[in-house]
Amino acid sequence: MKLITAVIKPHKLDEVKAALETFGVQGMTVSEASGYGRQRGHTEVYRGAEYTVDLVPKVRLEVLVDDADVLEVVDVIVKSAQTGRIGDGKVWTTAIEDVVRVRTGEHGADAL
Amino acid sequence: MVPMEPPGQRGFPNEGVRMESAVHALSLLSVDETKDAFSHGDTAWVLASAALVLLMTPGLAFFYGGMVRVKSVLNMLMMSFIAIGIVSVLWVLYGFSIAFDQTGNGFMGGFGQLGLNNAVHTLASVNGATYNIPVLAFSMFQLMFAIITPALISGAIADRAKFVGWSVFVTLWTTIVYFPVAHWVFDFGNSSGHHAGWLAHWGVEDFAGGTAVHINAGAAGLALAIVLGKRNGWPRAQFKPHNLPLVMLGAGLLWFGWFGFNAGSALGANGLAALAFTNTQVATASAMLGWLIVEKIRDGHPTSLGAASGAVAGLVAITPACAFIVPWAAVVLGLLAGAICALAVALKFRFGFDDSLDVVGVHLVGGIVGTLYLGFMSTDKVVGAGGAAAKGLFYGGGLTQLGKQAGGAGAVLVYSFTIAFILGWVIDKTIGFRLDEEDEVSGIDLFEHAESGYDLAPSGGSGIFQPSTHTKTEEVPA
Repeated sequence: MKLITAVIKPHKLDEVKAALETFGVQGMTVSEASGYGRQRGHTEVYRGAEYTVDLVPKVRLEVLVDDADVLEVVDVIVKSAQTGRIGDGKVWTTAIEDVVRVRTGEHGADAL
Repeated sequence: MVPMEPPGQRGFPNEGVRMESAVHALSLLSVDETKDAFSHGDTAWVLASAALVLLMTPGLAFFYGGMVRVKSVLNMLMMSFIAIGIVSVLWVLYGFSIAFDQTGNGFMGGFGQLGLNNAVHTLASVNGATYNIPVLAFSMFQLMFAIITPALISGAIADRAKFVGWSVFVTLWTTIVYFPVAHWVFDFGNSSGHHAGWLAHWGVEDFAGGTAVHINAGAAGLALAIVLGKRNGWPRAQFKPHNLPLVMLGAGLLWFGWFGFNAGSALGANGLAALAFTNTQVATASAMLGWLIVEKIRDGHPTSLGAASGAVAGLVAITPACAFIVPWAAVVLGLLAGAICALAVALKFRFGFDDSLDVVGVHLVGGIVGTLYLGFMSTDKVVGAGGAAAKGLFYGGGLTQLGKQAGGAGAVLVYSFTIAFILGWVIDKTIGFRLDEEDEVSGIDLFEHAESGYDLAPSGGSGIFQPSTHTKTEEVPA
C-alpha cells in the first residue's frame, strides 16, 4: 500500500476530488496547509510598509491506495490539479506497512 | 436656539475674543432667569451629539484593535475602554471644573464645579456667548472629548504597555494635560469674556479640537512611543493588521460619531451645526480619495486600510476647521490631509520610533494641517454665536491668524509632549510601564488580561476537540 500526499492550489480541490471519485477512490483526507515552493510568497503593503508573506495557502490531500493503483491515481491528481502556472504544488508517495479499519478490525488492502 | 448673529453684536469687551470655538461653559444663572430661553431642540441635539461622541471611543478601539496582531487585540480594545471608565469619574470629581469653571485664570479653570453639584439645575451654559442648554448637557458633551483624547494616544504604544501603568498614565495625563488644555482652547470665559483660556482669548481658532484633542494626543503618543521604545522585532518583524474588517468597522463608527464631535460643537441645532456637518462629510470623503490616490501611485494598489486611514485623517483635519471655512475649502483640506498623512506615516521608519498605529502620522500631522489651514482659509463669511470667524491669509486677513494658529498648535504640542514624556518616564521607573520582553512575545492579552481574543483553533474548544477545563470554584483534580 502507498500513501499519496498532494499539496495543491486550493481552488483545484473540487476538480481533483471529482476526478478521484470517478477513478474509484473510496476516501481521502483533506486539510488546509500553508507553504511555498519555487513561486515563493507574495508582497502585501500596509500604510506604505511592505511585508513579504512567504507562506501561501494550500490544500493538502492524502489518499491511501493499493500498490497496483498508485501510478494511475497520481496521474489523475496531477492532471486534474494542473494549471501550468507556477505554484501548482507537488504530489509524492510513501510506502505504508499496514492499514486497519477501526470499525471492523480488517487489515491491509481489505481496509482501504 | 442660538442665533447666527452679525459680527460685533455680541459686543465682547475684548476685541481679541471671538466666538472661535465650539465650546462653552457656564454661568450660574438661576432656573427662573433662563427658563424662557431654554431650548429643547438645542438640548436634544447636544445630548444626542454627546452619545455620538461616546460611540467614537469604541469605534477607535475597533479601528486600532484590527490593526494589531491577534495576541494583542483585547489589550488594544481595553486601553480605550479603561479611558471611558477613568475619565468619566475624574470628570465629575474635578475634570469639568478644571476645564470649564469660570473662576480660574488663562491656564486652568477654577474649583467651583467640583462634583458637578452646582451644575444640576443650571439651564443655560455660558461660554463667551450664552447657549440655552443645561450645563450638564454641555458637561457630558465635553466629557466625551476628554475620554477619546487619551484613548487616541494608546495607538502609539500597542502591544507593550503594562495595563496598570497605562491606567495611571491616563489618570495623570488627563488631569495635568487634557483638562487644562481644554480650558486653554475651549473656554471663552463668562459673558464678559473674563476667565477665558489663554488660547481662546488670544483668538486661536479650533472649533472642535484640532489642537486640544488631536495635536494634544499625537504629541503625547510620540513621547510615549519614545519612552517605551520599540516593540520586539520592530521594524523587521511582521506587524501586519490581523483584522482589516474590524478596522473598516471602527473607521465607519468614527465617521458616524464624528458628526456629534464637530456639528455638536455648535452647541445648538442651527446653521453653524449644519455647516460643520457638511464640511465634516466632504473633507472626510476627499481625504479618503487623497490617501488612496497616493497609494495607487506609490504602491500600485488602493488598500482598505488606506481608505480607513484616509477617512480618519480627513476627520482629524476638518475638526478644528469645520465651522470656519466654506464647503469647497473643506474638500481641498481633505485632499491635502489625506495625501500628507499618507506620506507622513513613513516618518516613523525614517526616524526610528515605533508609533505603532500612526498616532503621529494621522493625528498629530492631521491636526496640524487642519489647524494651520485656518490661517489661510478661515473666512468671515461664517458667523457663529460669538461673531464672525477670522479672516485668513486668502481672505485678506494677512498673516495674523496664521501666526495665532501656529502658536496655538506649537504651545499644545510642546506642553503635551513634555508632560507626557516626564509622566511616562516616571511611571516606567516606578511601577513599570513597559511590558517584559517574554510577556510581549507570548502576547499581552494573555499576560495582562488572561484572555484570548479569538478561539478559532480546533484545540481552543471551538472546534470538534474538547479540551478539559475547570472553573476556579471547582476542585482541581489531583
